[in-house]
Amino acid sequence: MAKRKKRIIVIGGGLAGLSAAMKICEMGSEVILIAYQSLKRSHSVCAQGGINAAMDTKDEGDSPEKHFFDTIRGGDFLAEQPLVRDMCHQAPAIIHLLDRMGVAFNRTGEGHLAFRRFGGTLYSRTAFAGATTGQQLVYSLDEQVRRYEHDGLVQKLEWHEYLGAVLDGNGVCRGAIIHDLRTNEIFTLAGDAVILATGGPSQVYSRSTASTVNTGAAATMAYLQGAKYANGEFIQIHPTAIPGQDKLRLMSESARGEGGRIWVPKKAGDTREPLKIPENERYYFLEEKYPLYGNLVPRDVASREIYEIVYNQKLGVEGQPMVYLDLTHKTKEYLEDRLGGIIDIYKKFTGDDPREVPMKIFPAVHYSMGGLWTDYESTAEGLIDHQSPRNQMTSIQGLYAAGEADCQYHGANRLGANSLLSCIYTGLMMAPGVLNYASNISKSVEDVPSSTFDEARNYWTERFDKIKKMDGNENPYKLHQELGDTLMENVLIVRDNKTLEKTVYAIQEIEARFKNVKCVDTNDWANPAASFINQLYCMIHLSKIITKGALMRDEFRGAHYKPDYDLNQPSDFDPYEYIDYLEKKNYGEIAEDAFPPGHLDYMRRYEENNTHWLKNSIATLEDNQPDITYEDVNTSLLTPRPRKYD
Amino acid sequence: MDAKTIKLKIKRQDKPESKPYWQEFEVPYKPLSNVIACLMEIQRTPLTADGKQINPVTWDANCLEEVCGSCTMLINGKVRQSCTALVDQIKQPIVLEPMSKFPVVRDLQVDRSRIFKDLKKAKAWIPIDGTHDIGEGPVMSDSLRAKRYVLSECMTCGCCLEACPQYTKDNGFMGAAIFSQVRLFNLHPTGEMTQEERLETIMGKGGIADCGNAQACVESCPKNIPLTESIADMGRQTSWQLLKNLLLK
Ligand code: SF4
Ligand code: SF4
Ligand code: FES
Repeated sequence: MAKRKKRIIVIGGGLAGLSAAMKICEMGSEVILIAYQSLKRSHSVCAQGGINAAMDTKDEGDSPEKHFFDTIRGGDFLAEQPLVRDMCHQAPAIIHLLDRMGVAFNRTGEGHLAFRRFGGTLYSRTAFAGATTGQQLVYSLDEQVRRYEHDGLVQKLEWHEYLGAVLDGNGVCRGAIIHDLRTNEIFTLAGDAVILATGGPSQVYSRSTASTVNTGAAATMAYLQGAKYANGEFIQIHPTAIPGQDKLRLMSESARGEGGRIWVPKKAGDTREPLKIPENERYYFLEEKYPLYGNLVPRDVASREIYEIVYNQKLGVEGQPMVYLDLTHKTKEYLEDRLGGIIDIYKKFTGDDPREVPMKIFPAVHYSMGGLWTDYESTAEGLIDHQSPRNQMTSIQGLYAAGEADCQYHGANRLGANSLLSCIYTGLMMAPGVLNYASNISKSVEDVPSSTFDEARNYWTERFDKIKKMDGNENPYKLHQELGDTLMENVLIVRDNKTLEKTVYAIQEIEARFKNVKCVDTNDWANPAASFINQLYCMIHLSKIITKGALMRDEFRGAHYKPDYDLNQPSDFDPYEYIDYLEKKNYGEIAEDAFPPGHLDYMRRYEENNTHWLKNSIATLEDNQPDITYEDVNTSLLTPRPRKYD
Repeated sequence: MDAKTIKLKIKRQDKPESKPYWQEFEVPYKPLSNVIACLMEIQRTPLTADGKQINPVTWDANCLEEVCGSCTMLINGKVRQSCTALVDQIKQPIVLEPMSKFPVVRDLQVDRSRIFKDLKKAKAWIPIDGTHDIGEGPVMSDSLRAKRYVLSECMTCGCCLEACPQYTKDNGFMGAAIFSQVRLFNLHPTGEMTQEERLETIMGKGGIADCGNAQACVESCPKNIPLTESIADMGRQTSWQLLKNLLLK
């Protein structure tokens, strides 16, 4: 008998899922691709500004090693160094591949790839396709996957929802439980491995830049089935979003990469038209405080500064939580070509034309650095072993995660234009390992008794039957909004323990009220309510992970800012002093006057803090609550040191 | 005094084969609201204007910023995205209907899988050798890139197909979106090598010959894709192909 092809179930049709599917097909195996909607509609299309790869086409002295350093430092040393290094070195090849696939990347006069600057770096290393780079990348990967569908290697199940993993008696993942969102039927799929490329959880917050599908439910379900969830408290707040009712639409960092300037009137409550305010009465606070990086400081820094201006200095535009993002000094042609897509979005949703008036923007929830804990394997030389079945595997054997659903690439804060890269990198990188896993597993999926699948299906059918019968007085959509408002108010840019403690209780109350939810839709066809209620259940658990993680982490790192634990870096401090300090320590006692006043003390505090907190927080489910423990981060390649961007 | 409200009239349908019916709604006004915000409000308070408890209206959406193409519907008779339909800019009562050229799934949701099938038929992709690192892509002028970029912004939303008099529920016409995609791939130096395969598809049944040049498509495209230009270009390319076929056979 001919050996059957390996069959991998990929959940999610965004960049990570499509990349994995493409690569797996190329290696001769079959893919079943599950997507909540039609492909081409995933959240990855919302990414605007670009994708990073250090190709140094402008002779600025950039290199993959510098990309690696910027990423690790941007993430406050919490990202997994060997993986990030591998990603940064693969990045140029990934860009070339995308280019060959027909992505309409902007080009130079000679016809080569053009690059622009983005936050957290001093180099032009961001390739871009207008201001809709994510959309363009999704389409070209989708086209390659469609090609494999045409060749019969991919089977797509669109309008299907992943409910959970089918686990055998040994806790090994043998397939997936799938919900057909039209017939509302629940069935199981057997596979040699399952990949969760299910994106981020920003819908846990009531207003974010996320798409409506980004509930984080699939990753949370893995946690509820026993997987480790890492660094949940690290939620990126993007500094520039457009205020709105249903959603805060992203205003890409590329607006600043192309010269956009952030400012507020110096006089609080100034009611003049922005362009009537003379230069010397404007406060370009990022440029003044960070002369080196200016408007392109990393996102966590920019968001905190905007928050500070609005809430502590009360300098928000028109007294509202808003600041100006100004592009009016650029020519219209330049803006059209470089930023057309995002300028249109702003205009469509506010009626104002950013070419004529400065935009009004405010930070918004954007991305989760944390996610399902995933593994990897290094070679003796400290490089990534690309054949290892452990790469991207969650703590449930046979269940993998990639893209925003994983946790290892962005540490405590993600740099702009690194997310598209990490999604595509993880999808491609994991494929050989997943197939090695599938080929070498001692007991094949055919030998798993059918009762394992029957039980899983029965469990979920019953669960959904119960949900459909829920008939309390809480509207699930309203309850979701309340949950989102609670997190929005209390677990955002500035965090403190008293508020977080209260939030833990507030979530418990919402959890209690969840029992009283009503399944508001009675249709027996294409009924979204039951599925949403199940997702809400997951979001409640996820918000517990985020909040408890934030409560327990008593420090200030990247996007997790607790003023009570700020180490108060002296303003004249130079991060290289710290390297010097570590060096000097090897030679015994350091004289108290070896560094400028206060610096030695600060460095000791920094070092001490890292011994406690330079760790991944790992949430596991214990008695319905997240139990949080800490695991070391690999810092073998770059010595952790204080961040500084001015 | 009554608080300000938004009035909506929505065409509903419980199942693909069941009969459509109309319901009216009134939701509280909030600044910056779009049609989706109103639909979300109905989910939270599923009552008609006269207070009848109903199943919430269902619709498709994802990105909420007009880039995924999901939320297309008829709004006051015009096909467009509901996420960019700002309440302040449209007449009330806001009349919502599902697109008419695609089978209704439920309420405002339709099944647009036909477009994706046609993309597959048209081989709308660049046939690369493989994903391994074989170096740079083809050198290409930025003006060619710009021409392709505009075409590649098509989000498969279906507006142009809904607006096209030639595109009906049960004929096989492919429509402007597909012709424009063929042009996109034929414009790429690698795609060009297999342009004949794509041209053959749109020369067959449901292809470009069936286009009546009514130009309704181009006016409805939210991404301002120059569809008539694409159609004209594809007309030229297919004529050439036809000629070549005649001469070489
Ligand atoms: S030109 Fe007219 S017939 Fe041709 S695709 Fe456009 S709308 Fe349809
Ligand atoms: S061509 Fe325009 S209208 Fe037609 S599907 Fe594409 S984006 Fe929509
Ligand atoms: S929701 Fe994506 S286009 Fe409207």
